[in-house]
Amino acid sequence: MEQVAFFFGAIGALGGAIAVIALRNPFYSVLALVIHLFSLAGLFLLLHSEFVAAAQVVVYAGAVMVLYVFVVAYVGGAHEPVWEPIPGQRVLAPLLAAALFAELSIAVLGSSLKGLGDEGPTIPLGFGQPADIGELLLEKFLIAFEAASMLLLLSAVAAVVLAGKKQGPPAADAEV
Amino acid sequence: MATEWYVVLSSLLFAVGAGGVLIRRSPLVILLCLELMLNAGNLALVAFSRMLGDADGQIFAVIVMVVAACEVVVGLGLIVAIYRRRLPLDIDELRGLRG
Repeated sequence: MEQVAFFFGAIGALGGAIAVIALRNPFYSVLALVIHLFSLAGLFLLLHSEFVAAAQVVVYAGAVMVLYVFVVAYVGGAHEPVWEPIPGQRVLAPLLAAALFAELSIAVLGSSLKGLGDEGPTIPLGFGQPADIGELLLEKFLIAFEAASMLLLLSAVAAVVLAGKKQGPPAADAEV
Repeated sequence: MATEWYVVLSSLLFAVGAGGVLIRRSPLVILLCLELMLNAGNLALVAFSRMLGDADGQIFAVIVMVVAACEVVVGLGLIVAIYRRRLPLDIDELRGLRG
């Protein structure tokens, strides 16, 4: 049963990922990424990390993807040119990606990590539940938590500065 | 399922994301491919957290999600700024990096 769930999740995640890079219209790419994120949330559930799965669905598939959809709707589908500035880019890039996959797999599977071949130890009750994660965040990882909140504040300010309306005269932009 | 399945799936997803960054030329799709790579990293973190029976890896995954959200916000802000200035949304045209 668990194997079936894993393979469904893996097929969804992989199919979504390939659809993101294969579809021409950025809007469909965003929708494919939503499928990918939902499948990944299912895999997280299989790994007994309920909180991360819930955050994945709420934060990623909910909030971030809505932001993407709005920006794609604002900017419109970009018309990607067919010509290639770097000759052979379309042939070379998948080869390099395949080489990266082989390299990563060899590095991990050849690392002789203990426990790579089994499911992992029996976990205590409440592993990965919100209470567990919250306790860790506020006690053991308090500094990381505060740094993350500072980063969120900074990026919100940056977004306002970057995308805010220009008040200056339009002549300033003319020389670009 | 053994942990190695999750780790191999995660490296496959990472490779797909990296290939997307190399192939596509629209900055929006490149941001999406960055998301793919970050999520592949998250999957590996959560899988190792399960393998060790220790929830620390899940905290890493949550922090990675925060960083990804910040990256999306700044990246989409840049794309909107590029669009407002009537510059082409194509990274080959934008390689000059001046104004």
